[in-house]
This record gives sequence, C-alpha cells and structure tokens, in this order.
Amino acid sequence: MTDSLQIAGKSYNSRLLVGTGKYKDFSETRAAIDASGAEIVTVAIRRVNIGQDASQPSLLEYLPPSEFTYLPNTAGCYSADEAVRTLRLARELLDDHKLVKLEVLGDSNTLYPNVRETLKAAEVLVAEGFDVMVYTSDDPIIARELEQIGCCAIMPLASLIGSGMGILNPWNLRLIIEQSKVPVLVDAGVGTASDAAIAMELGCDGVLMNTAIAAARDPIRMARAMKLAVEAGRDAYLAGRMPRKLYSADPSSPITGMIGAK
Amino acid sequence: MITFFINGEPREFAAPLTLAELIVALELTGKRIAIEKNGDIVPRSQHAQTMVADGDRLEVVVAVGGG
Repeated sequence: MTDSLQIAGKSYNSRLLVGTGKYKDFSETRAAIDASGAEIVTVAIRRVNIGQDASQPSLLEYLPPSEFTYLPNTAGCYSADEAVRTLRLARELLDDHKLVKLEVLGDSNTLYPNVRETLKAAEVLVAEGFDVMVYTSDDPIIARELEQIGCCAIMPLASLIGSGMGILNPWNLRLIIEQSKVPVLVDAGVGTASDAAIAMELGCDGVLMNTAIAAARDPIRMARAMKLAVEAGRDAYLAGRMPRKLYSADPSSPITGMIGAK
Repeated sequence: MITFFINGEPREFAAPLTLAELIVALELTGKRIAIEKNGDIVPRSQHAQTMVADGDRLEVVVAVGGG
C-alpha cells in the first residue's frame, strides 16, 4: 500500500517537511533531519560572508543536495520583487532547481503573510517556470487564487511562524483542504506532536515545521515524535474516525453472558 | 581604480576584472554561490566573460539554514 505525497510531479514517502534553521550546529541539524525522516528540507538564501574562513563547513556539506530535495525559501522578504530576485538566485545557486517556497511577509511582529505581494510574486514565478509552494494566510479565497495562478502546493499557517501555538483555526484549514486540488500543507505554528497529528487528521497532505523541532529541549527526539505524529495523523485520516456519539455511551464489551444472570 | 558594491559594501580594485577573477580574489573558489549583477542573475557559465565595471552592484549569496 503506497501513500505518497505528490508535489510538482515528484513523489515523496515522507509527509513531514522540515526547516534547517535554529539548530546548535550542522551535525545537530543533520541528526534531527535524519530522525524526522524528511525528504524535503527548506533553506534560506543569504549574502555570503566575505572574508570568512573558506574552510568553514557549509550546510550543503551536511545535507548534500543529492540526498535531499531542497526547498529554498524567501523568508525575510517583504516585497514581491525581493522574493522573486531571491528565488532566481536560488535557482542559479542550486543548478536550475525549480521547487521553491514563496513567503512574503507583511509585518515583522507577526510575520503574517502579505497576500497582495504573495499573489504578485506567485504570478511572476509561475510564469518563469518555478514550482511554487506558497505560504499564505488561512483565507480560503486567497488559497483558491494562489491555486488558480498555478502554485503547486498551498501552505496556510496554523498559527504565527515560530509561535508554537498549534492549529488555531481548523475550520478554515478544512475549507482550504476541501476545495484544493493541489496538496495543502500546514506551514507554521506547530508546537508539538499532537498539533502535527491534528493537521494530518484534518486531511492536510503534509506539515512543514522548523522551530517545533529545533527549539525542543531534545530536538532529535522531537524530530522522531513529529515523524510518528505525521504518520499517525495520516493513518487516522485515511482510516476514517468513528462518528462522535453525543450524550450516549456504547459499551465495548458484550452486554450478555454476565455472571449472576438468571 | 574601480569601485563597485558587493552585498552593499563598496570595494576597490586596481583594474577591471571578470566575475571569475573576482571569485578567486574573494577566496570563494569552490563555494556554491550565486551572483546577481545590477538586479540580473549572471549564470555560472558566464562568470568568465562577465566584466565588473565601476559602480556595479553585486549580490553574492549562499544557502544557509532556515525554515
């Protein structure tokens, strides 16, 4: 029984996507990602530190692009123009790599997406042949517009980036999941394993997280917890939960054959 | 003497040079980088032919950890 995640024509066994930021060092990054089972890892694009020791290790040495699918992001970009330039650089950097994560922020306090700029950037990037996984608000109308533009995955927030507040509006996520023909992944807000399981039980195709793992006391153990939670949530979704019976109990053991009966 | 900008910082060089020569001068040889010149990507295949001129604005980037 195969149940793979299809994104932009490629299939993945893991439905957990992870970030590579905020770890103690690259070996912890690698160990956590191995424990998570993730195949897709996000990276940021930043100015090179000129004059730094050339022998210093780089992220790419610990996470070879041959072993992982890189998902370069536009974290920190506040305009469509900046985001598009960043991803063009990423495509050059990663040898014509087309799968990207678009996020255009609106505010440094909330890191809430600026959906106008996100829509603008998505149009340009799709026209240029990028496969755009897009971080957005949990507004189903905006999600639908992003899908119509041609984004290959819709990634609504569950709560604010890095907040660990969990799934705050399951109803909106459900609306987006039900209407979307492309994968829907919760991106941002997961704090612990149960949050990831809830996202998957709602019918999300995957979950993307960074801080929930990196900021745990034991990131490697949390990475494993997240892997199991995503798998458990997915299985529960596919299995179909029992109906809720309001105000009535139903015994699990037979009600006949009790001792002392006449 | 020419002056151009790398990642927002002014840099002076004695004579005009190519991007390939600049990469060597900055000790970035072998590093996986991408370069944008005055807002446009310069593909790696064109580094050897692309001259850096006075006043150019270069962005030189790498992949780093991020979520």
